[in-house]
Amino acid sequence: MSLLEVNSLTVDYPTSRGTVHAVEDVSFSLEKGETLGLAGESGSGKSTLGLSIIRLVPYPGVIVKGRIKIGETDILKLPEHGMLSIRGRRIAYVFQDPMTSLNPVKRIGAHFVELIRTHEPNTSREEAFQRAKDMLKNLGILPERINDYPHQFSGGMRQRIMIGLAIALNPDLVVADEPTTALDVIVQAKILDLLESLREIYGMALILISHDLSIILERCNKIIVMYAGHMVEYANSTELHKSPKHPYTQGLLQSIPNIELADQKLSAIPGSPPNMLDPPKGCRFWPRCPYAKKKCSSKEPPLIDVGNNHFVRCFLYSEKGANSE
Amino acid sequence: MSNVKAVDDVTFSVNKGEIFTLAGESGCGKTTTGRLIVRLLKPTSGTVYFNGEDITKLEGEKLRLLRRKMQIIFQDPYASLNPRMRLGDAVGHPLEIHGLATGEEKQKLVLDVLDKVGLSPPEQFIDLFPHQLSGGQRQRAALARSIILKPEFIVADEPVSMIDVSLRTTIIDLMLGFRKELGLTYLFITHDLAVAKYISDRIAIMYLGKIIEMGSKERLFLNPMHPYTQALLSAIPVPDPKRRRKMIELKGEVPSAINIPSGCRFHPRCPYKKDECAEKEPRLIEVEKDHYVECSLY
Amino acid sequence: MSKAETKRRILGPLIPRLTSLAKKGPSGWMVIIGTIIVLALVIMTAIGPWVTPHDPTKYHGPIRTPPSLQFPMGTNHLGQDMLSRILCGGSLMLQVSALSVLVCFLIGVPIGLFSSYIGGIFDRTMSLVIDAIYAFPGLVIAIAVAAMLGTGVVNMALSIAVVYIPSYFRIVRSQVLSIKELTYIEAARAAGAKWHTILLRYIFPNVIPSIVVVASINFADAVLTAAGLTFIGLGVTIDIPDWGWDLTSGRALIASGAWWVITFPGLMIILLALGFTLIGDGLSELLNPKLQR
Repeated sequence: MSLLEVNSLTVDYPTSRGTVHAVEDVSFSLEKGETLGLAGESGSGKSTLGLSIIRLVPYPGVIVKGRIKIGETDILKLPEHGMLSIRGRRIAYVFQDPMTSLNPVKRIGAHFVELIRTHEPNTSREEAFQRAKDMLKNLGILPERINDYPHQFSGGMRQRIMIGLAIALNPDLVVADEPTTALDVIVQAKILDLLESLREIYGMALILISHDLSIILERCNKIIVMYAGHMVEYANSTELHKSPKHPYTQGLLQSIPNIELADQKLSAIPGSPPNMLDPPKGCRFWPRCPYAKKKCSSKEPPLIDVGNNHFVRCFLYSEKGANSE
Repeated sequence: MSNVKAVDDVTFSVNKGEIFTLAGESGCGKTTTGRLIVRLLKPTSGTVYFNGEDITKLEGEKLRLLRRKMQIIFQDPYASLNPRMRLGDAVGHPLEIHGLATGEEKQKLVLDVLDKVGLSPPEQFIDLFPHQLSGGQRQRAALARSIILKPEFIVADEPVSMIDVSLRTTIIDLMLGFRKELGLTYLFITHDLAVAKYISDRIAIMYLGKIIEMGSKERLFLNPMHPYTQALLSAIPVPDPKRRRKMIELKGEVPSAINIPSGCRFHPRCPYKKDECAEKEPRLIEVEKDHYVECSLY
Repeated sequence: MSKAETKRRILGPLIPRLTSLAKKGPSGWMVIIGTIIVLALVIMTAIGPWVTPHDPTKYHGPIRTPPSLQFPMGTNHLGQDMLSRILCGGSLMLQVSALSVLVCFLIGVPIGLFSSYIGGIFDRTMSLVIDAIYAFPGLVIAIAVAAMLGTGVVNMALSIAVVYIPSYFRIVRSQVLSIKELTYIEAARAAGAKWHTILLRYIFPNVIPSIVVVASINFADAVLTAAGLTFIGLGVTIDIPDWGWDLTSGRALIASGAWWVITFPGLMIILLALGFTLIGDGLSELLNPKLQR
């Protein structure tokens, strides 16, 4: 049984101007200790997908269909108070902006102690405090700083504290939503290394959400590429890098500069991401696709298994075989 | 109360027709330098020469004439266009300001430049407001606005960092295309060294207000000399799951500009630090042809 | 143009605008209802003189008659028909408040724009002066100025204007201070635009939404202040029907049980002020959270 199983997840945002299908029919699974990367650009639905795993999709978003199971527990069937034992304990979430995620009038130690004692009420204050100090050490922060306030830390350190808070209760799964976007590249690398080492120590699974495909390719075992709410490709990272099948994935890979290559020829994907209030009919990528055919603008391609645990949503492919047409 | 030196004794030159990149992490002073050059900020001291002329102290009409030759593109496509101005008016406004064209002639030039940046058909775009466009389209409009006066020099301040990855190459290619077509020279400011490597001819790496390494792209990336540059390059993610680089560990984080370390400002974090580094500030020296470093190792 | 043609050309673009306004939730409805109220009262006042059952200035009936079929809103202590007075009585109030809003706008907005853009000592001094005026209760200032200037429509408008100029100044100033730092202003400077171009074409259009909100609330307040001035005798003295005047004279009549003389004008004033307030509040909610994902 997988640690996390998501089946046919669909999330809609009803607005006064129409309904946005932010996430449509997404299915994947995650094992203990694995890292899954959710790659996509603005409007792809990756953040919404991450938030729906802990049922924190902001109003007016609604999860309209699907199943999310962590271990044996069906998350979507739990009452709201049932979620309280999931959030923070079994699934932790690291938000994008470390600047506003910490309470500015609470000391760092207090953040940890409150978290620990809320979920494990039998822990004494001294015990919780000690655990917080140990965590700071693992985060690379001097334990003496436990009584400092958030504003006394830099952005990078605050993000580490956020990660520490996420891991404090030893969850099974951590979802990190763009954990490094606001940070400089050296700090970014350190944070990602930290996530990696903490994962090894505590044995958690990680879902990394980012628009930076380089990070995802570097750090994740499995990758889902999202486009306009659809999962367009799902494969192991080595497989995806070696043989990207979806034209969008191919286009993305050809547009990111690789610092280790000399004289790279970069190409762009023409057009722009679709208006989610009125996405293209059929395959949502067809207006920008170099291989688009008539079928693509009228029918939505199904998710095809091309073997090797590699799935693509594109009419160019047929089940477990060579390219069609 | 001490002064914060955002940019400290920075000297460099940009040759006609080249793309010179100022790279570094946030707070290094690259954005401030860019704004100083186009005179959006006033330097406390020092000079800026443009085409051999000292433009540092220009005012009034002379400054306005200068603005026709120097333009700037900003980072945030959502903030650099007036939300209450239609695209056609916004892009054509520089022509109006400098009295270069009005009415039908202006319209023609606007349509022409919008078409050039890929906002086609241009007639459809001139009446739109910024909020009706995507980030990538807005940045194209900003690019159009900057070239409509046919300037000689453009400062591009992180022009693609807030744009979706799949669209970045389009903007960059447009900029490269205009270099050829209009004979432009660029000062490119970025924190993304991978992009810098793709687009630049020469690069300068900045740290805490100073240029610590500078040179041609090939020399700098092939043979990074300053410990900071080496660490920076080692930290850049590579889109390849098989390549696991070893990142060079740097102690601590970038100090605040209010508390600049003594001597070489990088010394508290430097893996090769010597005693003299805390006392003496090293000077920029040319270690090999067109490759300068500011470090006591050399 | 035929009637049907006119209807279509005016209502054509209006209907979709109204429906989209209504869809925006309670604030959209506030704007719609407020506008309907104000328009209704304006139209009523405009056509009033032609539809009154009796001449509002003549003495028709017995004094202090309660509402009846002949005089649906009763008569006042002079025997004038209250209904006719109500139908025509809004004109003074509307004129005074409209004029005062206009004056406020023409003075307060330019000063606000200029002062905050220039900054420095000028701005600091200006703000101090304006804040000093702002600190006084509105009615007190209006009374003081009206006492100095005397009666009459224009003087009333000016007295009220003095009270509200600070509001315009402050709103404009706070908007300009934040807009001034935005990137598109920098872009305009980098393109070589002169300061007046930047103020007029870049800053001002972005400040207008907040000014409209202030103006609506200003209207509401002006109506009430005008009523107040008339109440204490600093209003107009010419013998035209006026809700404010009826309010004043009605006060004395309550003791004798003639409740209708003060009630109906009072209701009208409240209604007018309510209309403007609804518009202002609704607009401020609609225009403020402009962050739409």
